[in-house]
Amino acid sequence: MNDLLNQIRLVGDWLTSSQQWHGDDGIPHRLAEHLTYSGLSLLFATLIGLAFGLLVGHTGRGAFAVASVANLARAIPTFGLVVLVVTLAGLSTTPVLVALVALAVPPILINTFEGVRGVDPDARDAAKGMGMTGWEVLLKVEVPMALPLILLGLRVAAIQVVATATVAAYPGLGGLGRFIVDGLSRNDYELVIGGSAVVVALALVVQAVFTALRRAIVSPGLRPAATKS
Amino acid sequence: MIRFDAVSKNYPNGTTAVDGLSLELAEGGITVLVGPSGCGKTTTLRMVNRMVEPTAGTVSLRGQDIREVAAPELRRGIGYVIQHAGLFPHRTILDNVATVPLLLGWGKKKARARAAELLELVGLPATMAKRYPYQLSGGQQQRVGVARALGADPPVLLMDEPFSAVDPIVRGELQAEFLRLQKELHKTIVFVTHDIDEAIKLGDNIAVFRTGGKLAQFDTPERLLAHPADDFVADFVGQDRGIRRLSFVQAAGLPLREGPALPVTASVAEARALDEPWVLVVDDARRPLGWAEAAGLADAGTLADIPLAPLGHTFSLVGDSARAALDAALLSPSRLAVGVDAQGAVAGVADAYELSAAIAGTGGSLGAAPEAAGVAGVAETAEAAGPQLVKGAADPADAEDAEDADGSGSNTGKTGGGDR
Repeated sequence: MNDLLNQIRLVGDWLTSSQQWHGDDGIPHRLAEHLTYSGLSLLFATLIGLAFGLLVGHTGRGAFAVASVANLARAIPTFGLVVLVVTLAGLSTTPVLVALVALAVPPILINTFEGVRGVDPDARDAAKGMGMTGWEVLLKVEVPMALPLILLGLRVAAIQVVATATVAAYPGLGGLGRFIVDGLSRNDYELVIGGSAVVVALALVVQAVFTALRRAIVSPGLRPAATKS
Repeated sequence: MIRFDAVSKNYPNGTTAVDGLSLELAEGGITVLVGPSGCGKTTTLRMVNRMVEPTAGTVSLRGQDIREVAAPELRRGIGYVIQHAGLFPHRTILDNVATVPLLLGWGKKKARARAAELLELVGLPATMAKRYPYQLSGGQQQRVGVARALGADPPVLLMDEPFSAVDPIVRGELQAEFLRLQKELHKTIVFVTHDIDEAIKLGDNIAVFRTGGKLAQFDTPERLLAHPADDFVADFVGQDRGIRRLSFVQAAGLPLREGPALPVTASVAEARALDEPWVLVVDDARRPLGWAEAAGLADAGTLADIPLAPLGHTFSLVGDSARAALDAALLSPSRLAVGVDAQGAVAGVADAYELSAAIAGTGGSLGAAPEAAGVAGVAETAEAAGPQLVKGAADPADAEDAEDADGSGSNTGKTGGGDR
């Protein structure tokens, strides 16, 4: 109990000391780097995951391939991938982005695919029978109906990416992982815990953003079904 | 209007859904496709809007091969209603109904105004417009499904078992409502059901399919019941087709006799003097009140003082069918069916023997009717020979006379209750 209080006090001291809020080593700069890595990899992962998820869900072809690829990708250790790409491509942001994209694609892909495939066949049949084209069925019926699951996939991916983007610090890049890696090498636990606290806070913010997003863009007609599942 | 020319649908796995179907559906009528599961009726329906493409033959709509029109464009001009309504859960009721107008690019305001109109037409209150499908009952959802199909006022409506997923009471309401709507709208409707009763109630013409996608018989409901083409059809329309056929015989032509009727003010002595086991008690406008049993009569007083046995139900000479009359006879405590006129006053009584003798006469004339292809031909032939055949006697609200009878307000609750 005293340990915990002690740690909270340490984090408090660390967070409130003015040097943490200025310069290249300050929280704002590291946070900006962290958000850049996370944002970019989420963007790529969303493009890939949504495109394939929608395509396979809509056509019903390649479902097995999607499931296999996604599960395989889940088994890849993120840190190992970073090291691998660093040895292949050299030291840059690329290894980090590749690793984070590989981490973020499976939840987005699987949830998008499941969301579209799970659309009530009657609604799809009615949409087609009333004269919607394939694109109209996808955009006016399947995507809106799959939106709760699509958002869930994006949220899971975003939180994982935000938490895992700390690996960028290993190959010497920035981001909030800097505090943790540096703290560990210097045995500066105040730094480690402080850095972790910021990462946790960021994950909570991401969670809150997605909750708000869901309220804003998911149709109220879908909410009862979505809360049940 | 809708024409099938040697249409077949075979699947790669070797099953034949529809086998060499040739059929022409009349404009402005309800054609019911009926048959056991796997008989190709739904496939046939779905070939009209190209949801299923035939492997052989042509389907044409108003003389044009439907393959000449792009599928989405074709479908926007054909209403489509399916079993579980298939509403879009993420859209409000109003926006569901506005779907096709929006697809056609009407603009939001105009499309929604049209949708509001349609909700009213199918009998849904305006307060439902802003709700979502999950907030509606099955029957209400099905009404929305019909409204949505009518969105752009298409001349043709395809309905695939639209009423089979709701309970029997709601189904009855929806069917009556549907016939009322059709009377107003005169759409060309193709209606799929596995329920022969529904087919007979709703269809102007019925196509009976047998397993393997072959057309077994295409005829009017009356002729289907009177002259099933073969054992399969006879079996499919059911053992009681003789009774059901009575729905197409108007009660108006049935012979009634005066019967033992007395006003409620008459004395018990008068009732006894008739020397009948049962006496029909009527009010001062000759509307029936109930039956008095002679054996239970007191020694003095008037008929107003004694307890009456209930009528069961009466039948109306305007609007009801012979089936209602026969049912009234079977349910009556005196075994006499009471026929009432448009004002609800007693026109006469008849027992089941008298009724069946009269109906048998009709059956004979029906049997003598030539192989007629059209509805009109059959009706005229039968008209000459006693009780008229009337299309739509199955539905009390369908015949105009029946509406008048309803308007008079007397005894409507009981009249014709046994029909169906």
